[in-house]
Amino acid sequence: MELADSVFMFVATMLVWIMTPGIALFYGGMVKSKNVLNTAMHSYMPLAVISILWVTIGYSLSFSEGNAFFGGLDWIGLKGVGFEPGPYSDTIPHSLFMLFQMTFAVITVSIIAGGVAERMKFSAFLLFTIFWSLLVYAPLAHWVWGGGWLAQLGTLDFAGGNVVHVSSGVTGLVLAIMLGKRKLSGENSPHNLPLTFLGATLLWFGWYGFNVGSALTINEVAMVVFVNTAVAASAGILGWLAIEYVCNKKPTMLGALSGAISGLVAITPACGFVTVPAAIIIGLIGGAVCFWGVSYLKGKLGYDDALDAFGLHGVGGTWGGIATGLFATTSVNPGGANGLLYGGIGLFWKQLIAIIATYIFVAVLTFIIAKVISYLVPLRVNEEDETLGLDISLHGEKAYHESI
Amino acid sequence: MMGDVLTKIEIVTRPDNFEAFKQELAKIGVNGITVVEAKGTGLQKGYKETYRGVTREISLHDRIKIEIVVCEVPVQQVIDLARKNFNTGEPGDGKIFIYELANVIKIRTAEEGRAALKNEQ
Repeated sequence: MELADSVFMFVATMLVWIMTPGIALFYGGMVKSKNVLNTAMHSYMPLAVISILWVTIGYSLSFSEGNAFFGGLDWIGLKGVGFEPGPYSDTIPHSLFMLFQMTFAVITVSIIAGGVAERMKFSAFLLFTIFWSLLVYAPLAHWVWGGGWLAQLGTLDFAGGNVVHVSSGVTGLVLAIMLGKRKLSGENSPHNLPLTFLGATLLWFGWYGFNVGSALTINEVAMVVFVNTAVAASAGILGWLAIEYVCNKKPTMLGALSGAISGLVAITPACGFVTVPAAIIIGLIGGAVCFWGVSYLKGKLGYDDALDAFGLHGVGGTWGGIATGLFATTSVNPGGANGLLYGGIGLFWKQLIAIIATYIFVAVLTFIIAKVISYLVPLRVNEEDETLGLDISLHGEKAYHESI
Repeated sequence: MMGDVLTKIEIVTRPDNFEAFKQELAKIGVNGITVVEAKGTGLQKGYKETYRGVTREISLHDRIKIEIVVCEVPVQQVIDLARKNFNTGEPGDGKIFIYELANVIKIRTAEEGRAALKNEQ
């Protein structure tokens, strides 16, 4: 155990933790004022539910030794997970590694809320997150980080492009399609964009812990990750605003925030494997493709991914995974591999396999879980409750009170 | 302006479906309307809010008040459209009030009555 690494990972863990309340605010500002509390609750509740689930069984299923698809049951109830360093890092306590990973499991579920906003029943969402975390997140984390088949295949996903972003984005998309459109899906009416600004800022702030902390130590790679994360977010803003200006002639603040998140999502899988100029390109293109995802693809295909869980995290994560296969170089990280631009055709194919496998696995499992839950609880609120607003109808409280 | 009958139609109702109603109004030639957010109470029951276990009875519901003044467009057409769009069959759908107006003056041009209601360039 080393003190420096442990303090570093303690800070990184807290940074990732703040992303979850951050996304609650980010999403909350984008919905109608009558749904802000429900939307924020959807993103906030994983801090309660998934955390308990994680120490009970989720961590073991994800990270303990098992087969190529699932982890084992050795660490159930944190048995043997204590101060002694575990197999994933020699320099930090095992329980610290477990907590760092807990914040990832939590934020992933809270991203999904963006796809279902303003119409999914609270109880159905809670039930869904429990099963999804165990049956989808845990295996995916095991495949990529727990020594599962994607790790053995040699795919690269530094901080969770597939595990966190593609998975939550695709899940949001499938749920959005299953739920159907909101009653007034045509009218996007963010009721408080300054709230969204605060949320997006907390997300970016926390993302430094998310990406840099994924190095698990302060070394050369970790510092490249730090720089890459910073410039990719900046480039994401520029990429989004540039294409938004070309299409709509006006740069928007929500666009700038969305661009930053797009750039961050895109760099997540690549951040520990690519050079700084590559990170800028990945961020720029990330901002641009995500703009395309939310403004064109969504309209064209007609699904109501209310707050663009798929448009940002699915599309951006997919681009990030592909970009890792293009730009990765062993000159940055000897533990990585060379991408297509450095003569590594093999890695490029492996990245595509990882993305496609994630899409299929996540979409099928999400459909099955949601279908089963729909026999227990209706997935969607009734029309009257939707009209009244989910804050009053499901939670009996209102975010804003006028004078009378 | 003599002989023109000017009618003000005031609709107090739920905010939902307003967009569809507005578009249909434009189709029958009503281009200018005024909308205010309002609170109202009537036959519909109230609801409860709870904050840290303390319950609060709420009897005023969120409504909108739409004000429309017509001359050439038949009043009955506007009423029919409003009932078509805002009738849910439940208490709380609101009411329509009809007034006869003395005059209308357009601020920019000083036109009065029927002419003041035209919104052409």
